[in-house]
Amino acid sequence: MPEPTQPTTGDDETTTPAASPAAAPATTAGAGEHRLADPADEVTEINPGVDIAPEDIGVPVVSEGERLLEVDEVTLRFGGVVALNEVSFHINKGEILGLIGPNGAGKTTCFNVMTGVYQPTSGAVRYLGKPLGKRKKFQITKLGIARTFQNIRLFANMTALENVLVGVDAHHTTGVVSAMFRLPKHRKEESQGYARAMELLTFMGLDGKADELARNLPYGDQRRLEIARALATSPQLLCLDEPAAGFNPAEKAKLMELIRTIRDQGYTVLLIEHDMKLVMGVTDRIVVLEFGRKIAEGSPAEIRDNPAVIAAYLGVDEEDAS
Amino acid sequence: MSTPTSAPAARKPATRGFKERVDHLPRSVKIVLWVLFALFLFLLPLLNIPFITTEGSDFGGVLFTVATYVLVALGLNIVVGYAGLLDLGYVGFYAVGAYTVGVLTSEHAHLSWVVVVPIAIVVAMVSGVILGAPTLRVRGDYLAIVTLGFGEIVRLTLVNSQWLGGAQGISDIPKPPSAELFEVPSLDWSSGAPVVDLDTTSTFLKFGINDFVPYYWLALGIIGLVLLFDILVKSSRVGRAWEATREDEDAAELMGVPTFRFKLLAFALGAAIGGLSGALFATKAGFISPDSFQLLLSILFLAAVVVGGAGNRWGVIVGAIVVGYFPERFRDFADFRVLVFGLALMLLAIFRPQGLLPPRRTVRAKRADDRQAVLEEGEASA
Repeated sequence: MPEPTQPTTGDDETTTPAASPAAAPATTAGAGEHRLADPADEVTEINPGVDIAPEDIGVPVVSEGERLLEVDEVTLRFGGVVALNEVSFHINKGEILGLIGPNGAGKTTCFNVMTGVYQPTSGAVRYLGKPLGKRKKFQITKLGIARTFQNIRLFANMTALENVLVGVDAHHTTGVVSAMFRLPKHRKEESQGYARAMELLTFMGLDGKADELARNLPYGDQRRLEIARALATSPQLLCLDEPAAGFNPAEKAKLMELIRTIRDQGYTVLLIEHDMKLVMGVTDRIVVLEFGRKIAEGSPAEIRDNPAVIAAYLGVDEEDAS
Repeated sequence: MSTPTSAPAARKPATRGFKERVDHLPRSVKIVLWVLFALFLFLLPLLNIPFITTEGSDFGGVLFTVATYVLVALGLNIVVGYAGLLDLGYVGFYAVGAYTVGVLTSEHAHLSWVVVVPIAIVVAMVSGVILGAPTLRVRGDYLAIVTLGFGEIVRLTLVNSQWLGGAQGISDIPKPPSAELFEVPSLDWSSGAPVVDLDTTSTFLKFGINDFVPYYWLALGIIGLVLLFDILVKSSRVGRAWEATREDEDAAELMGVPTFRFKLLAFALGAAIGGLSGALFATKAGFISPDSFQLLLSILFLAAVVVGGAGNRWGVIVGAIVVGYFPERFRDFADFRVLVFGLALMLLAIFRPQGLLPPRRTVRAKRADDRQAVLEEGEASA
């Protein structure tokens, strides 16, 4: 990438050239301070006025408060390492569930089991009452579970619009023949997909950057684009893996507001986040993991006063000194 | 904004890309330019332009060879450029296409060329699926090794199978049916200025054994069709799925892209185009043997794609022309050909690692800007 030049004004220092996913986390630490006084922050205002309710993807819709997804006694072993140890929790339709825990507690592993990246050694993940079983990753996405990544994993050399279109395409069926002869199916899916993708970009405050390559976007925009791409698959359940990593407090607050708006539009959200204060503010319920085990579950207030959680986070217990 | 002519556009500062400048021309001018360009390509072997024309070998034949390279590069670009699958055994599909034509028109049957070419495409496509179904589960370097093996397996099978002609190969491959419609005169530059030479002509689509220009025309027409196919498929869900898979296979899968299916599709389409190119080669040569399908050819095909800029169809065409044409033009240096080629590749890797014409998105970006401008105008006036 010889020319990562930024046509937008004066935020060169915030441009994360996320050419390789591995490079992204290293730059995130410094990005927060830089962006504090950045005038560009005010430009990328999110737009909650747009209706981005999930489209009907043929999944049985459960009513508010019913169980959407259930993690049932899931154990995952990598050789001798027990990454998840009989973890059980559930997510109700329409809630924001926080999944927290110290580093290495198994939060992202939990995501990976739910989205089909790993098969549980024992136990099962049930979605809408049915076990996910050995379904492929893309099939699980089509069922309505979408996720973002802790380390940004956009399609770096595709435009923001194309990134979102790939997500929208999850429910499209255009093949070579339809595309080759520009059959009505192709034209319909392209125009609807384009409209939907632009809606999502507008919602995320990225509509002005639809034709920027993903890798040329500033760090914060990349994070938001990941959410837009996940929303594009019209999920019932949106799993966000540390969406606020590397954000400054003001940006974090803005993002949490956005997550609430997403929920209000009809999505269910599972949120991994390190920042306790933020999680407390935005979630309805919280599940706490530590060393692959669930140590607590409850409302934010209950979690705040739970001695096991305090021990896990502050390390007062003699065993958890590290 | 009203009817800009081509003249001011041509005088625009050099900072703007060639493509951008062309895009700014009005539609009618663009169509005229395209038609002129196509006509130029059509007449190229007969114009006998000094310096460009190869002296040692028949220019029509050289152009045909370049055209088969272009076709191969377009096919390989789908596999390597779009889907990001490193294929080092592409010559295998080229051989499958050529041998299908050889076997069905000469060695074991005498079917018509018109029937055999579609069969060759299908057989190459099936061979692509057969190779891809088990091997596309491995990634990167491993895939490269497996495909490298495939190319060699095909060649060794050809050498050792008497049914396929063995090391002697297959000869007497018949010509395609001719339709002698009209004659195209050539230009003669021997007096210094171009003079229309009515004695040296090429008959439009008379597939003989002396004049290779009609074969070039045939290949040119097929390139046009393949290009159209490429453009249509790339700008659809299929093209996006390929690119997403190339960028990040796991993320693509988690965004609902059945990556294996799309990789297999890319492989099959690439193989089909490679087979088509091989079929054309067999038709023109009239004789094929395992020696025509050496490993080096796979490397040259890949070089064409990489030199031109993997992922950009116009880039790989330029790459194919470079790889196919220059060795023929500079036959005087034939002994140093590989040396010069290696040097050129090294220089390219240092100064232009993404290829001569890396993929650009200016067209789409511009179109989106226009859309945006129209929207804003509408809002402002409302």
